[in-house]
Amino acid sequence: MKLNLKIWRQKSPSEQGQFKDYVVNNANEDMSFLEMLDFLNMDLVRKGEEAVQFDHDCREGICGSCSLMINGSPHGPETGTATCQLHIRKFKDGDTIVIEPFRAKAFPVLRDLCVDRTAFDRIMAAGGFCSVNTGNAPEANSILIGKEVAENAMDSAACIGCGACVAACKNASAMLFVSAKVSQFALLPQGKPERSRRVRQMVAQMDKEMFGSCSNTGACEAACPKEISLENMARLNREMLRASVTE
Amino acid sequence: MMKCKSFLSSSVGQKFLVALTGLGLSGFVLTHMLGNLLLFVGPNAYNLYGHKLTSTPLIYVAEVVLVTLFVVHVGLTLKLQKANRASRPIAPSQLPNVCVKRASFASRTMALSGLMILSFAILHLVTFKFGPYYAVTVDGVEMRDLYKLVQESFQKEWYTGFYLVCMVILFTHLSHGFTAAFQSLGLSNTHNTWLKRIGFVFALVVAGGFFSQPLYMYLAHH
Ligand code: FES
Repeated sequence: MKLNLKIWRQKSPSEQGQFKDYVVNNANEDMSFLEMLDFLNMDLVRKGEEAVQFDHDCREGICGSCSLMINGSPHGPETGTATCQLHIRKFKDGDTIVIEPFRAKAFPVLRDLCVDRTAFDRIMAAGGFCSVNTGNAPEANSILIGKEVAENAMDSAACIGCGACVAACKNASAMLFVSAKVSQFALLPQGKPERSRRVRQMVAQMDKEMFGSCSNTGACEAACPKEISLENMARLNREMLRASVTE
Repeated sequence: MMKCKSFLSSSVGQKFLVALTGLGLSGFVLTHMLGNLLLFVGPNAYNLYGHKLTSTPLIYVAEVVLVTLFVVHVGLTLKLQKANRASRPIAPSQLPNVCVKRASFASRTMALSGLMILSFAILHLVTFKFGPYYAVTVDGVEMRDLYKLVQESFQKEWYTGFYLVCMVILFTHLSHGFTAAFQSLGLSNTHNTWLKRIGFVFALVVAGGFFSQPLYMYLAHH
């Protein structure tokens, strides 16, 4: 398969980037998207050119490292799929594919397709945790959790923190990410004691990091590789209100 | 108190206020539209209704509340909109594909449709509330002949057409805004998915009602 690639090249955060054209001549349809880029990079290195930098780690859709804007969609055209799970068979021979980094003020481009997403880490550090006493593991059945609650918390916890929601949003809002993280704790009894402080501090950090606010367009939900639902956002709003009137 | 202040200074709290004031304004446009249906009944009914409405002192309270709702709704939105623009380093014309494809047109153009409605509302007040005063006597009471003013205004094709276009814009604004408000207030969940459709129905009723009135006045008196 022959693919025409338009890839964003940028040397450093301070330098202007631009698109550069590349051709991959014998891409295999069974390759993953990242393998296709590896293939291109091998070729570039062989020719003595600079390899294209991109983030990746697990390559199985669980770490959230891969973060490409492919033809204007975070993680490409497939729904519920991270870039590393996207396959070349989803494209046609001769296709032109535009590959860009995620774009947001809060995600500055470091180099080529790599962006700095430590803003998410700072939001998590602000309150995205639950404090427990260490020691022996408690008896598993001492805290009973309903099936539906457990499932909902698990659905929220499926967020891999990749930042696709920010990249998809016209306001570069991180609401879907923050709401998933707030929800995964707020739903469970273990997360309840710290829920007010958690939501307040995470939202404050989110605002500080220059993420935009939510316009309820739903683009984030459509782009999310883990299909995190907008319902989490309503829950975040509820949690915020609750935190401001109680405690 | 401190908690409340920090809530209202957060983006979430400000969206909450935008939603709350938006719902307040939605209530206003709905009652305004229902009241105006008296145009279909006839001049006396319509003028009497206008007279009753404006002759109670409560109207001043209502006006202050309305202006406050408008100021908070528009002011906060502009502030948030400015921050949103700063959050995204690319021009709105280069929005990601997924945003253009999956986010409804109405949802992406709320600020624009809102500003258009605001300009329309000002023009509307100038034409009617602060427009020419015609007097009429109904049941021995002298009052303002608003019916005549309405009828006169909608004799011009371009003016009627302009109103109809504005009502389409109001429709798009309400169709997204009414539903989105419940989301911002944290009221939507998996058990009330009908809330997702209610904005469309509400917008259809309000804008449809408002659409029919100038159209009727134009057609009936031509
Ligand atoms: S590389 Fe880990 S999610 Fe894609």
